[in-house]
Amino acid sequence: MPAELLFDLTLILLLLGLAGAALHTRTLYTSIVLFIVFGLMLALTWARLGAVDLALAEAAIGAGLIGVMLLAALARSAAEPNTQPARVPLSISLLLAVLVLALLIRAIQPLADSNSVLPALVDTHLDESGVSHPVTAVLLNFRAWDTLLELVVLLLALIGVRQLGRSGMALPPAWPLLRAWSQMLAPLTIIVGGYLLWRGSHAPGGAFQAGAVLAAGAVMLRLAGLLPAIRWSRWPVRALMLGGVATFALVAVGTHWMGAGWLNYPPGWSKQLILLIEITATLSIATSLTVLVIGENEHPTP
Amino acid sequence: MIELNTWLCWLSWPFLLAGLFFFLAGTVGLLRFPDAYSRLHAVTKADTLGLGLLVVGLSLRSDSWQSVTQMLLVWLLVMASGATACQLLARYQRDADRVDAKTHQEQPSDAR
Repeated sequence: MPAELLFDLTLILLLLGLAGAALHTRTLYTSIVLFIVFGLMLALTWARLGAVDLALAEAAIGAGLIGVMLLAALARSAAEPNTQPARVPLSISLLLAVLVLALLIRAIQPLADSNSVLPALVDTHLDESGVSHPVTAVLLNFRAWDTLLELVVLLLALIGVRQLGRSGMALPPAWPLLRAWSQMLAPLTIIVGGYLLWRGSHAPGGAFQAGAVLAAGAVMLRLAGLLPAIRWSRWPVRALMLGGVATFALVAVGTHWMGAGWLNYPPGWSKQLILLIEITATLSIATSLTVLVIGENEHPTP
Repeated sequence: MIELNTWLCWLSWPFLLAGLFFFLAGTVGLLRFPDAYSRLHAVTKADTLGLGLLVVGLSLRSDSWQSVTQMLLVWLLVMASGATACQLLARYQRDADRVDAKTHQEQPSDAR
């Protein structure tokens, strides 16, 4: 189809152009804005490739939350120095680019011949996994270990940011319009987040996407001054943040103790265990992302 | 029934083209208008109208009520968040202009 080819080519050119522009603009602010647009285009690309899970995650986390975090970091940092950065010789950049390209091509090569055994393997065992969506089955059953480590990484990032000892961004007093609009949007984010979580068992969606949507709602309520500060020193906050990793680890230890092996769910229990992990992980991710973006500062002066 | 469908398909073209026109006009306005207020005006109003026309055009081609409702909901959300974001950005700009005017002791270039 020429129309689809045209669309794909436009998308590819846009991605390359945005990536180049984000690297080579004069000011950091422009780079960040271009990076956010790049993330949105990347989400569109994933959707075009049929990877809706990745598209959702990229749009919510890659473009949305990371964009906000970069802008917040820029606002906190000192004014940009006007000096030009030292120029790297072109030959070295070219050499590096060719090397990375070769590595990437080697990594992608196996995907080109589509007779990989993995999709068939996942499909044959899908019935035993407790869920009917292959991506969720891989993430929370066959390769649950990876997901547990992802949650640990998120927790470590949060602890690292807290060690830096900043107090979060200074919030301006909220305008009534923002307050009213956040009040209308907040229930919607809860509905959409809950829907994504529930949908994860049989269609694209799941804990990370749902957590990101919930975090976006919480960040907006915080900006509007409608939500009290989310502080590490309060035990419910700590419980929410640690809940995901703790539940996951308890399940891992429990399954090992019962004799099935690390994170090998006993037959018949898969669905319940996966649901439990998904719910606690969603709440953990939502709280952690909120604190990462907005910090733990006190209520702004109204 | 086929008659009706082809008829609806043809009917959708003016809406789709008008939607495209307003998107283009909004983008040109965003790039070419002189100050933040008129740029906001161009990008929020023209894009909202353009999206609405696209939704109408695509609804005429759609064959299920569910997707029509979804598109309408998307349009409502985009319209409301666009209007809110526009107001917030304009107020921010107005505050910045006032600070500028105070520090420079002169009229801001664009009071409205």
